[in-house]
Amino acid sequence: MKKVQGTVVIKADRCKGCAFCVDFCPTDALQLSDQYNAKGYRLPELFEPEKCTGCDLCGLYCPDFAIHGFIIKKVA
Amino acid sequence: MLDQNAVETEIPEKENPVESLLRMDRMPHIWCPGCGIGTTVNCFARALEQSKLDLDSVSIVSGIGCTGRVAGYLNLDSFHTTHGRAIPFATGLKLANPNLKVVVYSGDGDLFAIGGNHFIHAARRNVDMTVICVNNLIYGMTGGQVAPTTPVTAKGTTYPYGSYDPPFNLPYLADSSGAVYVARWTTYHVRHATKAIKEALARRGFSFVEIISPCPTLYSRRNRLGDGLDQMNFYKENSVIKNGADTKDVGMDFQGKITVGKFVDRERKTYRQLMNEHLTNVFGEQYTPYEG
Repeated sequence: MKKVQGTVVIKADRCKGCAFCVDFCPTDALQLSDQYNAKGYRLPELFEPEKCTGCDLCGLYCPDFAIHGFIIKKVA
Repeated sequence: MLDQNAVETEIPEKENPVESLLRMDRMPHIWCPGCGIGTTVNCFARALEQSKLDLDSVSIVSGIGCTGRVAGYLNLDSFHTTHGRAIPFATGLKLANPNLKVVVYSGDGDLFAIGGNHFIHAARRNVDMTVICVNNLIYGMTGGQVAPTTPVTAKGTTYPYGSYDPPFNLPYLADSSGAVYVARWTTYHVRHATKAIKEALARRGFSFVEIISPCPTLYSRRNRLGDGLDQMNFYKENSVIKNGADTKDVGMDFQGKITVGKFVDRERKTYRQLMNEHLTNVFGEQYTPYEG
């Protein structure tokens, strides 16, 4: 079913914890973690990495340019 | 599921694809958590990348306000003008160098209250520029005063019992003033907004894109509407896409349905074409058409 495997990169120092990426992830691969950055904002995390398709919708929604997704593998 | 036949086809990239268009030394930006302006910048940067324009010929002008800060964060030729005067500055820029792609990126207060007069006249003359208005329905930077776009009954610091001023319907104003391209999207519709900005950049003439954005710190807090994410979900559930809708009918009510879409797409002669045609008619051979 799934053709690609993706992942995300999160820049913790830029995140402001708005959770747009978590809410609008089409495959629900992201969730808010228990980790906080230096400013006290709660960070997102990729808690189901195998679900990520690298569509980069999180990157398009992120107002702080703190997350982006990309494809790492094409699954044959 | 991954299987053994998995083959690596791409080298992982470390940098965010829009970072090359941003001045990363100025990050993190000043916008509040949950504010949608960053998302619109993301859409704009991606639209610019997809449009394959020569970045040396793109210049961005913005006025004062939260959205006015955009010019300072984009790694393009940019100018942060005085309050409301982004469009006159951009008009001058376009007249002096017609080969530039001029983009005005500003907020609803700057473009329609302080600079309202300039907006209608630039649209009337059809000056070749793209205007992107991030509409957060309130004056954000100055502390939540009621703006010309604030819907009736919404509260602001200057109307603590709710506003009773009828607001502007921005697509109708742009349409009736003569804009060649008018679209409205919200920050929830990121792909649509990116496409609209790309189309607006490709148009010759005065093109206008309105993007409705949450203001969690002032508009949402004063009106008890939750945070930025709640507003985004509100846009998701209450937006109605009507491409080609009559702009008369797309006005906004407080927490009512939001009509989004591409409303106007037409052709009109630009200011420079009209000037060259008219002066050639008057002076004949004596006049050399102005090409910059």
